[in-house]
Amino acid sequence: MGFFVAQLLTGLANAAALFLVASGLSLIFGVTRIVNFAHGSLYMLGAYFGITLMNILPGAFGFWGSIVLSGLIVGLIGVIIEMFVLRPVYRAPELFQLVATFGVILVIQDLALLIWGAEDQLGPRAPGLKSVVRILGEPVPQYDLALIAITPFILLGLWWLIAKTRIGILVRAATQDREMVGALGVNQSWLFTGVFFLGSALAGLGGAIQLPKGGADLLMDLNIISAVFVVVVIGGMGSIPGAFVASVLISVLNVFGVSYIPQSTLVLMYVVMAVVLLIRPYGLFGREEKAGEHGQVGEPDRPIRPAGLVGRSFVAVLLIGLAAVPFLFSNFSQVLITDIIIACLFAASLQFILSTGGLVSFGHAAYFGGGAYAAALLVSYTETPMELAFLFAPLAAGLLAIVFGWFCIRLSGVYFAMLTLAFSQLIWSLVFQWYDLTGGDDGLVNIWPSEWLSGTTTYYYFTLIVGVGGIILLRHLNHAPLGYTLRATRDSARQAEATGINVNVVQWTAFAVAGALAGLAGGLFVFSKGSIFPNELEIGKSFDALIVVFLGGVKTLSGGVVGAAFMETIKDWLTRLEYWRLILGLVIIGVVIIAPDGIVGSLRKVSEKIGLRRTEEFMK
Amino acid sequence: MLEISGLNSFYGKAHILSDLEFSIDRGEVVALLGRNGAGKTTTMKSIMQIVRPRTGSITFEGTQIAGLPSHKVAQKGIGYVPEERRIFSDLTILENLEVGRQAPRNDTPTWTTDALFEIFPNLYERRHNRGKAMSGGEQQMLTIARTLMGNPKLLLLDEPSEGIAPVIVEQMAKTILRLKREGLTVIISEQNLHFAGIVADRAVIIESGEKKFDGSFGELEKHPEIRDAYLSV
Ligand SMILES: Nc1ncnc2c1ncn2[C@@H]1O[C@H](COP(=O)(O)OP(=O)(O)OP(=O)(O)O)[C@@H](O)[C@H]1O
Ligand SMILES: [Mg+2]
Repeated sequence: MGFFVAQLLTGLANAAALFLVASGLSLIFGVTRIVNFAHGSLYMLGAYFGITLMNILPGAFGFWGSIVLSGLIVGLIGVIIEMFVLRPVYRAPELFQLVATFGVILVIQDLALLIWGAEDQLGPRAPGLKSVVRILGEPVPQYDLALIAITPFILLGLWWLIAKTRIGILVRAATQDREMVGALGVNQSWLFTGVFFLGSALAGLGGAIQLPKGGADLLMDLNIISAVFVVVVIGGMGSIPGAFVASVLISVLNVFGVSYIPQSTLVLMYVVMAVVLLIRPYGLFGREEKAGEHGQVGEPDRPIRPAGLVGRSFVAVLLIGLAAVPFLFSNFSQVLITDIIIACLFAASLQFILSTGGLVSFGHAAYFGGGAYAAALLVSYTETPMELAFLFAPLAAGLLAIVFGWFCIRLSGVYFAMLTLAFSQLIWSLVFQWYDLTGGDDGLVNIWPSEWLSGTTTYYYFTLIVGVGGIILLRHLNHAPLGYTLRATRDSARQAEATGINVNVVQWTAFAVAGALAGLAGGLFVFSKGSIFPNELEIGKSFDALIVVFLGGVKTLSGGVVGAAFMETIKDWLTRLEYWRLILGLVIIGVVIIAPDGIVGSLRKVSEKIGLRRTEEFMK
Repeated sequence: MLEISGLNSFYGKAHILSDLEFSIDRGEVVALLGRNGAGKTTTMKSIMQIVRPRTGSITFEGTQIAGLPSHKVAQKGIGYVPEERRIFSDLTILENLEVGRQAPRNDTPTWTTDALFEIFPNLYERRHNRGKAMSGGEQQMLTIARTLMGNPKLLLLDEPSEGIAPVIVEQMAKTILRLKREGLTVIISEQNLHFAGIVADRAVIIESGEKKFDGSFGELEKHPEIRDAYLSV
């Protein structure tokens, strides 16, 4: 009994930081409709600022003062992000905003490294709250009790602000219809900035307040963000009480998970989230989102058309060039190009659902890694011949996508994105924690191709044929009935439904196809490397794919391929730079703001301007 | 008070308003008439800068408002009552009114919730209820009241009589006439010619975003062919 209570108290104490961060994210989302991926970075900054300040300011007053100050500083940083990164993209489609916040993550990671160094820092203990209290015989840290006491006041304070003040009324009104709020004379810019300040400050407070229980390190940002998303999605996007209930739920669940089923702690969280979303698709306290109700519809897409003569000739020349590579260049370039082709196929598969289908998946790595792991497991445990195992990669990934897709496509927008993320995290945590089967962090090794396919050059040709084949298949699908109906569902689900298209089935099919082709890329990958590790399933991998498609050009057919080829080519060179994240982050933000059409889209615009290409007439 | 000239507005590539031109004097009530899709709503949204006109000038009390953000336009004293009403349904009636509140101005009457509840007694009874469960007529009253909380000098009413019961329409007409007596300038978009004739001094008729007629109701009566060509009666 004592143990049980102690566990419960630990869970409640852990909920404090999670709630602060999650309520901030929720608040920002509610008003601005932006899912701030960099919210975890603000939490991390809160922790670092907290430590720095606590080292300067003495005593209990200094300790608590540091926490508050950290919150304020991080709030101001949030304001800077809002004014310079997000303001220019409020009217842009959701994806652009998300990508911009990815850029912010990268920038903050490197700035933190620059300022505080790579070493993990231990948080100082709270003055006066350093010992433990015995409750039913079990030791409970005093600081935990302090956190448990503080959290309800923060909840109450937020509730009062939102429910009772003019600011709160405006915030709630703007959550519903910000254009109308503007037309009634309220300066939305300041409202948004204010909300961003508050939300960011909450994240900073969360980072600083958890210091005595943890510390600060450079991985905190991404570590917390998935938990925060889970919390916000379970609680309902935009709901503060929801964030509270879900924080407590998840934290308590985690604590008990650690004691009773230690292998499943990570999995558990995502399972709970999936279950909640199944029963209540918009979270416990969330409200249904209607697509497009916030005036966020971008400019209409151009009609797609098959490549012209110039395009086809260019591709033909490129392919001949690629086929000639082994005669001209070293093994190293062949390995590099193999990687590039695999990345291109992976990006193309994401682009199919993303651009053609408007389905922003945050968890596409699940199918890449899932396919790779399926093949690797078969080879490792059943000694399946490579050819068969390779075929299994797209099959297994496709199957996975069918299962996950069934859940995901019933949601739209942010909820769709979150659920895809949750499922990919589920797969990742399964692979990561099921050590006996997957080798966990050690991965699976010795997964080599059959005799007739081994050798760098042979495998290079194999990748070239399969990879390019996959990309061409995707391209053809765009011009096939599946592609047309898919675009119809993207542009207006309701109209598509009215013309007799079964929206769910079309989206589901597309999701499965994209998953299968990502799995194909995964299959190519695992046999080219001879091994597979859980990092191929990480959030980062999914984000990379989104960034690549975005850099290439979301509203184009070839953007994913071009973006992936570009990134893979410069990655080797880029990652050698000390602060490459900073550079890449700034580039991403710059692209979002200045050239949102991406590489392909911008080239197209330029060539139209100088008359190389006819401007396309549309929407007569 | 308000002068519009050479106004061109677009939705994407669709040209909606072409060289629109009209003006309204202080204290006047002008009816903006035209069929479905004629561009009445777009005109109002263009004045509010919710739709950004591509070219043209809109001056309000001598200052250019084209290009200002919407909230600045509202702060200058133009109140907008949208056709779809756009009540904040999660907020109570009192909270809805609070969103519309602006600082008093010296040259127009200052509205308080009490004064508005006097005009719209139904709202008073439900002041703590959320906007969700309101009838069309109540919603329409709430939007007007919400906009009046901003103490506007010029009121843009987009089809206030649409979709509400005849009794309420009558009440609405009385309210508008009362606002006029208080010195408010009003542009009212209407399809209901009868209603417009009761409340407005002058009619401006548009069709496909172009002005076709500008004159008194008496004049309009003398030209039934205009009425038949541009209005669905
Ligand atoms: N958001 C939009 N995007 C594209 N076209 C639009 C949009 N809103 C209106 N239109 C078009 O602009 C034209 C003018 O519309 P508007 O709403 O201004 O007409 P209206 O006179 O107010 O009509 P109603 O009497 O039906 O309210 C119509 O042809 C309409 O189809
Ligand atoms: Mg209209």
